[in-house]
Amino acid sequence: MKKTIFLLTIISLALPTLLNAQKVVFKIKGSDTCLPLSQMEAETYMKKFPGSSITVTGGGSGVGISSLLSGTTDIAQSSRKIKMDEKLKMQDAGKAFKETIFAYDALAVIVHPSNKVSQLTREQLESIFTGSITNWKEVGGEDLKIIVYSRETSSGTYEFFKEHVLNKKNFAPSALLMPATGAIVQSVSQTRGAIGYVGLAYLESTVKALNVSYDKGVTYVAPSVGTAQNKTYPVSRPLYYYFLTASEKQVKPYLDYVLSAEGQQIVMDVGFVPVPK
Amino acid sequence: MKRRMRKILEKITEGILFSSSTVTSLAVLLIILFLFREGLGIFTSTSVDRNNVLAVHSLNPVNELTTQQIGGIFNRDILYWDEVGGTHDSIILFTINEIGNYYNEEELGTDFEFLPQKIDELISHQPNMIAYFPNLYLAGNFHGKVLPHNKIGISEFFAGKSWYPTSEPAAQFGILTLILGTLWVTLGAILIALPIGLVTAIYIGEVAHPRMRSFFKPLIELLAGIPSVVYGFFGLVIIVPMIQKTFNLAVGETALAGSIVLAIMALPVIITIAEDAIRTTPVSLREASLALGASHWQTIIRVILPYSRSGIIAAFILGIGRAIGETMAVLMVTGNAAMIPTTFLEPVRTIPATIAAELGEAPYGGTHFKALFALGIILFIITFAFNTMVEFIRPRKSK
Repeated sequence: MKKTIFLLTIISLALPTLLNAQKVVFKIKGSDTCLPLSQMEAETYMKKFPGSSITVTGGGSGVGISSLLSGTTDIAQSSRKIKMDEKLKMQDAGKAFKETIFAYDALAVIVHPSNKVSQLTREQLESIFTGSITNWKEVGGEDLKIIVYSRETSSGTYEFFKEHVLNKKNFAPSALLMPATGAIVQSVSQTRGAIGYVGLAYLESTVKALNVSYDKGVTYVAPSVGTAQNKTYPVSRPLYYYFLTASEKQVKPYLDYVLSAEGQQIVMDVGFVPVPK
Repeated sequence: MKRRMRKILEKITEGILFSSSTVTSLAVLLIILFLFREGLGIFTSTSVDRNNVLAVHSLNPVNELTTQQIGGIFNRDILYWDEVGGTHDSIILFTINEIGNYYNEEELGTDFEFLPQKIDELISHQPNMIAYFPNLYLAGNFHGKVLPHNKIGISEFFAGKSWYPTSEPAAQFGILTLILGTLWVTLGAILIALPIGLVTAIYIGEVAHPRMRSFFKPLIELLAGIPSVVYGFFGLVIIVPMIQKTFNLAVGETALAGSIVLAIMALPVIITIAEDAIRTTPVSLREASLALGASHWQTIIRVILPYSRSGIIAAFILGIGRAIGETMAVLMVTGNAAMIPTTFLEPVRTIPATIAAELGEAPYGGTHFKALFALGIILFIITFAFNTMVEFIRPRKSK
C-alpha cells in the first residue's frame, strides 16, 4: 500500500513535468520591427503549449540588448547585428550570449501612388536620401520637389538603410524623421513628392513600392517575399534573437518552434521572409 | 488620558505630513540632480567612441581632426588630405568591416588573433589611409599614429548645426537647430493662442450670459483632459493635410502644424486662468467705472483688462510653459527635420520630440544618452525661467 502511494506520488509529480517539457516562461524585448512577428509566434506557441507565458515588448533594438545586459529580458530581438561596444559591455559583465537569425526582413522603398517613377538604382537612392538629388525630374519623373521621409536616427531600420543603401553616408538634414513606420506610410500616402522606406510587412496599397537595382541599372527587382528569399532583392536584412548562454535551456523550445516549418510559416504570414533551409 | 491620546495622534499625523512633503521635495531635488549629473557628462565625453580609435600612417602630417572634419571625411564630403591640413592625396577610408577586402580569413586566424598585426601592417602600407577600429585590435607595437579623442566643446554643442547622434565614427551633437526649432514652434503657438485665448477669456468672464458660461467653461476645461497623443493624431490626419493644401506646400508637416496643435493644447490653461483673473476684478472698481458713465465695453478695456493684466500674462506664460515641453503631439506633426527654421512652413525638430524619439534606443550611459539629458537640462531651464517669470509678475496683482 505504502509503495503504491509512493509510486503514485512520484508519477503525479513527474507527469506534469513530462507533459510540460515545452512549457516556458520568459520575456522578449527589443526591436519594433520584430514586434508583430514575435507577438504572433509567442501567441501561437502559448496556444500550442498551454501554461507557457511569453511576454513580448518593443522599444527598439538597443533597448532589447541593454535589457539583456541588465537582466530584465531573456531574449533580445534585434533588427541589426549586435554592435561592437554592446559586445564589449556584455564581455565586461561576464555574460556570454548566443545569436539566432529567425527571419529576414526586406525594406521596400515607397513613393506616392501618383508618382511616375517606378524604379531607381542604388546610386540614385543614395543621392536622393543624402540630398544631392532634390527633384523628381532628375530621375525621370515630373518636375516636383522630393520629400525624404526616414525613421528616427535610433531605429535599427534607419541604420540598416544607411549602411546598405546610403553607403554609410548621412541622411540629408532636410529629411523628415518619423517616430514610427506607420507614420511614414501615412505621410507618404498623402504627400505627392514623398519617398520613404518601410519593412515589407508594412507595405500597403496606399503607397507604391519601387523596383531597385544594385547593378547600376542592369536589372531592377521588385520587393517581395519571393525575391527577398532567393536573394535577388538586395535591400534585405536578418532579424536576430540574442539570449544568454546561461538561459539557453529555458528559451530553446521556443527558438526551435520559431525555426520549425510551422514557425516559419508564421514568418511568411506576417509578411517577413523565412530563413532559408 | 484622552487628551494624551489625541496629542500622540496629532504628533503622528504631523510626522506623516512632514515626511511625505520631505520625500516629495527630496525626490524632486534628486531628479534634478540626476538630470544635471547625466547631462553635464556630455562635456567630458568624446564624439568618437572611447572604445574605438582613429589611426593614420605615422608620416601623415595631420595630428588632429575636429568632429566636423571626421564627419566630413567619412561622409565623403572631404576627399583630399589637404582639406584638413595634409598633403594633396585622396583619403582612403577603412573600417573594421572592410578587413575582408584586404586579408582573407586564414590570414586573420580563426579567432581573429592576427587581426591587430594585420591592421598595423595595412596602415603602415597605406600612407593615405584613415582607419577606424576598436582599440581591442590595436597592436601593442602599433606603427601608425593614433589620433587623440577630442572632448565635445561647449561651443560645438550649443552652436553646432548638425544633429547626427548615431553617426559613426564621429557622432555630431549640434543642438542649435533643436533649440531654435523649439523656440520657433513656441513663438508660433503664442501668436495663435494669445488673441484667441484673450478674446475667449473676456467673452466667458464678462460678456457671456451665465447660462452660456456654464456651458462653455466645462467644455474648455474638457479640452485640457484630452491626451496629447490624440491631439497629435488629430494634427497628423487633419491639420497637416489642411496646411499642405491651403499653402500649396510639398509637405504639410511644418512648424505651423506644431504651433496650431500646441496653441490648442495651451488654450484651456490660458482661458481658465485669464478668466479667473478677469473675474476677480473688485466689484467696487467695476461699479465706479459704470457710475462715471462708462459703457460695459469701455469698462472692460479701460478698467478690467488693465487691472487683471498680470493675471492674464501669468495665464499665457503658464499655458506656453506647459506647451513647450509637449512631446507626442509635436513629434507627430512637425516632421522632425533638424534644420534651422526660416519660415513657419518648414519642418522643424524640437527638443522634447528629440528626447522622446531617441532616448529609447540610446545606449545607457553613452555619449548620445548624455547629450539627450543635456537637452533635458535646457528644456528644464527654459520652463523654469517661464515659471519664475510668473512668480515675478504675480505679486503686482496684490498691490
